[in-house]
Amino acid sequence: MKRVYFDNSATSRTDQAVIDAMLPFMKEHYGNPSSLHGFGREAKKAMDASRASVAKLINADPMEIVFTSGGTESDNLALKGFVFANKNKGKHIIISSIEHHAVLHTCEYLQKNGFEITYLPVDSDGIVHPETLEKAIRPDTILVSIMHANNEIGTIEPIGELAKIASSRSIAFHTDAVQTVGHVSIDVKSEGVSMLSMSAHKFYGPKGVGALYVRKGIRLEPLLHGGGHERGMRSSTENVPGIVGIGKASEIAMDEMKTEAEKLTRLRNMMIDGVLKKIPRSNLNGHRTKRLPNNANFRFDFIEGEGLVLRMDMRGFALSTGSACSTKSLEPSHVLIALGLKPEQAHGSLRISMGKDNLEEEVNQFIDALPEEVAKLREMSPYNEANPMVANEPWCSSEDHDHHETEVR
Amino acid sequence: MYSDKVLEHFTNPRNVGEIPDADGIGKVGNPVCGDVMFIYIKVKDDIITDIKFKTLGCGAAIATSSMITEMAKGKTLEEARKISRGDVAEALEGLPPQKMHCSNLAADGLKAAIEDYENKKKQQT
Ligand SMILES: Cc1ncc(COP(=O)(O)O)c(C=O)c1O
Ligand SMILES: [Zn+2]
Repeated sequence: MKRVYFDNSATSRTDQAVIDAMLPFMKEHYGNPSSLHGFGREAKKAMDASRASVAKLINADPMEIVFTSGGTESDNLALKGFVFANKNKGKHIIISSIEHHAVLHTCEYLQKNGFEITYLPVDSDGIVHPETLEKAIRPDTILVSIMHANNEIGTIEPIGELAKIASSRSIAFHTDAVQTVGHVSIDVKSEGVSMLSMSAHKFYGPKGVGALYVRKGIRLEPLLHGGGHERGMRSSTENVPGIVGIGKASEIAMDEMKTEAEKLTRLRNMMIDGVLKKIPRSNLNGHRTKRLPNNANFRFDFIEGEGLVLRMDMRGFALSTGSACSTKSLEPSHVLIALGLKPEQAHGSLRISMGKDNLEEEVNQFIDALPEEVAKLREMSPYNEANPMVANEPWCSSEDHDHHETEVR
Repeated sequence: MYSDKVLEHFTNPRNVGEIPDADGIGKVGNPVCGDVMFIYIKVKDDIITDIKFKTLGCGAAIATSSMITEMAKGKTLEEARKISRGDVAEALEGLPPQKMHCSNLAADGLKAAIEDYENKKKQQT
């Protein structure tokens, strides 16, 4: 069976040119960039070149790029690093309610350590409105963090406007741009952001390497103390092959991003129109146009998302869902709930995230296969138009019932 | 994550549907949590002669629904009532730990259907 990968927001295939660029830094040029000898110098040179490529991709200065182990670390360094270094100025942080767990859980940790967090609401399309930010700002606000595009629903936030509000009050602005870097053009200078997180594996680079853009003049407390690598902001011998990989992926993105975005926007629109037309009681989650070129996120009444992901997997399509049953927490996605959806609606979500390898015929095959699988699950469901879902009927178990049992065999 | 047996039952679930003149109906779960199961039984001489299910839920919820209908069919009410969550999980060659809550529904649903049958019978006599 031919398999179709529609889960590029989870991770993407490493570009062959990226692999080819990386391999010599394991096989021949394996030196430590801190070493004085020739091996060290070649590694250092490659790292500098990569830093320049990454910087160019987002219009930053190479000195403003800190290499990390990925998006999660970049978010952690931005948030913890900034507030620990600036806690004498205030203890209040503002984030959106649809941030990735790398930001959300970091803020929960910071809250336990004496910081106060405000979660901005989003509208039903997932957009953070600038007025809500204005209202949330307090004299002791030191940092605002709002993601560039949401990884589940694909909605793109007006980070330029939001950053402007923050900077007009001398508040730092961080954005988690893990889903946009390499896919959507970003200029850190014109957007006016102070810090920006990225991750190589989301744009055809290797896993386990990312970067944080830190604007000149921003002070961070390091998370990793040691030999003082990355100008003291991130100790540990650099992941040279990975860093070469993110550099190469950045170069390729600069060449291909525009055509890729055009192609994917067209496929995405085909996908959205086709699915909504062919499947009754289906809805799009996220904004219709202000969304990632590669993302479509649907919900289907009367069924649950994990079952749909499994059935579509058997048809060869790799997808993902925000249903509770797909997570360890057994909670439906906080993003879908923030849109104002009820849990029973949020369980039936399906995310399609395309990549540059995907073809129009794959989208057509998908639009043919999906209605059949939705129909099969609906046949099995106790709910339908005549019997709509009603939460908390008398026979319903309470939300916590049985959920935390750990009987394991 | 899932065993082959779970996937097999999920892909080709047995006994899907409703029994319009069911002798007992068990409804368990909650759409808020994402899993709901309705189990319908026909009973003759204390034996479950027919059983069907309708389930809204994940792979584990559907596979356990299917499995429990196979396990219960032809059994006496007494035997059927004894089918435990663990028995269902075992028959499916194991379930992932985080899925135990979904799989609990099947045994609960069957018990609820038997209870419903017995309550109805009591009311008749
Ligand atoms: C928006 C967003 N932020 C952060 C991350 C974490 O990135 P990484 O897997 O590189 O740590 C992801 C990846 O899932 C993401 O989508
Ligand atoms: Zn479940």
